[in-house]
Amino acid sequence: MSLVTKLIWTFISLGIVTIWGLTLTGIVAKIFARVQGRLGPPVWQPFIDIIKNNAKRTAVSHGIMFYLGPVFRIAGGIGTYMFIPAIYGSLYFSNFSVSGDVFLVMYFIFFGQLGMALGAGEGGHPYSAIGVARGLAQMTAFEVPFALSVISLAVQYHTLNITEIVAAQQGGILSWTLFTNPLAVIAAMIAMLGMNMYNPFSVVIAPQETPIGPPTEYSASFLGMLATNRGIFNAAKMVLFMNLYFGGATNLVEMIVKTFCIYFFSVFIGVAFPRFKTEDAIRFFLKVPTLVGILAIAVFLI
Amino acid sequence: MSYMDKTTGIPEQGITPPIPDTGEMPDREWRKDDKTLTNAELTLEEQDWFCDARPTPAKPAWGPVEKFYNWARANSLWILAFGTGCGAIELRPLVTARYDISRLGMQPRPTPRQASVFMIGGYVSIKTLKRIVRSYEQMQGPKFVVAVCSCAINGGMYWDSYNTVKRIDQYIPVDVYVTGCMPRPEAVMAGFSKLKELILAGKAEGQNLYAEKFDWYKANQKQVIKDWNMPDYNW
Repeated sequence: MSLVTKLIWTFISLGIVTIWGLTLTGIVAKIFARVQGRLGPPVWQPFIDIIKNNAKRTAVSHGIMFYLGPVFRIAGGIGTYMFIPAIYGSLYFSNFSVSGDVFLVMYFIFFGQLGMALGAGEGGHPYSAIGVARGLAQMTAFEVPFALSVISLAVQYHTLNITEIVAAQQGGILSWTLFTNPLAVIAAMIAMLGMNMYNPFSVVIAPQETPIGPPTEYSASFLGMLATNRGIFNAAKMVLFMNLYFGGATNLVEMIVKTFCIYFFSVFIGVAFPRFKTEDAIRFFLKVPTLVGILAIAVFLI
Repeated sequence: MSYMDKTTGIPEQGITPPIPDTGEMPDREWRKDDKTLTNAELTLEEQDWFCDARPTPAKPAWGPVEKFYNWARANSLWILAFGTGCGAIELRPLVTARYDISRLGMQPRPTPRQASVFMIGGYVSIKTLKRIVRSYEQMQGPKFVVAVCSCAINGGMYWDSYNTVKRIDQYIPVDVYVTGCMPRPEAVMAGFSKLKELILAGKAEGQNLYAEKFDWYKANQKQVIKDWNMPDYNW
């Protein structure tokens, strides 16, 4: 397949994943509402919000870095997705997975947040700075169990290539990392709770408390871009987790069902628990999940 | 100067009345030229921090596109609630399970930058008006204003107060008023449905009205807000 055709297919797959990611956000908002005894917004509400934000007639910019913040964020989201095979064995939906390994993807997960931090900082709003400080602190904390879990996988499968990790899990449900390396999965799934920023780790973007977090100063199409990225990024993370721990997917339907189930884990916890303070969240990640992650590596080294 | 209540003939008391809206405005000291404001009340250092451009009316998009945009705007109203008086308490039942405005695509937003509806809940004192003006001007257009409670419409029980404005639409453009003291949540929701109708019909152009009649609004605001230690247009 030529590079151009591959690029076209990658963007088609990116489009599908964006729509799925945003729909997922809508479904989750609906589930949250039903648990709270409300009817909740329609499933397509995230799309309307994005259209509305992009249809604003004015937008305020505070300088070049402020402008680049959402650009970096969405680059982080797209970059994360670009190097993950969406569907194992598919000629069209494996993206550029041969060009990068799981460490590159982990870097991209962090990259967007850093870019956003610089952008939000230039906005000059104190709430942005508070949000950024909280976000980066929490992110650094949950990266520890996640990185340990990925290292455990590297030790287990002797590779960092995501396609090879998926290939090693083929041949029935018992070949999934979930069953062959449960400790790594436990550490990673707890890290995912922090990554998805639902309760109990939602203090970073806590909307109705004092600040809304890093996007306080972002309005109009900037906000539309950030919302679009939220869709891409959510879906990309779920596809990554599906590939690393749940055997990947061999067709589109399987991918959608699996990513939904993985996402539902953090929703399930989210509706049931209250919010951690940032320092408590950091302490939490650095205790049990980190120990589980270390244990997951130790098991394979011994 | 006092002005008469048209129905009773009793001279009204209270704050300095607004300037009659004749469409013509003499030159004001805050106008440097047609596009620039002086920000004269700020110190020189502060003048550097803030922008001095006047708001300009924004053109709507091409017909069908604008209709589509208006549909999106009407179905995604993000509220900036300004609890100036007792009306603010009506927002709680609106977002909780009983009335749940989120099913209509509405949600409260904590920052004016991201909100599209400004909900003013009750009487507006001079001190509050200053914050209202600041918040309203920071909202990104198209922006809409819903004023809730009698006090926002005619001053209500504060009609002769020395520090409460009577009609908010003499200071910022208001799209919908919701009457009552206090209005039930159903009334507030009816107000929002009316606002939706106006948006869908393309009639909720408060942002442009504010830009066109900026001098008049600003003159009225400056007439009552005595300690004007903010830029002439905040954004």
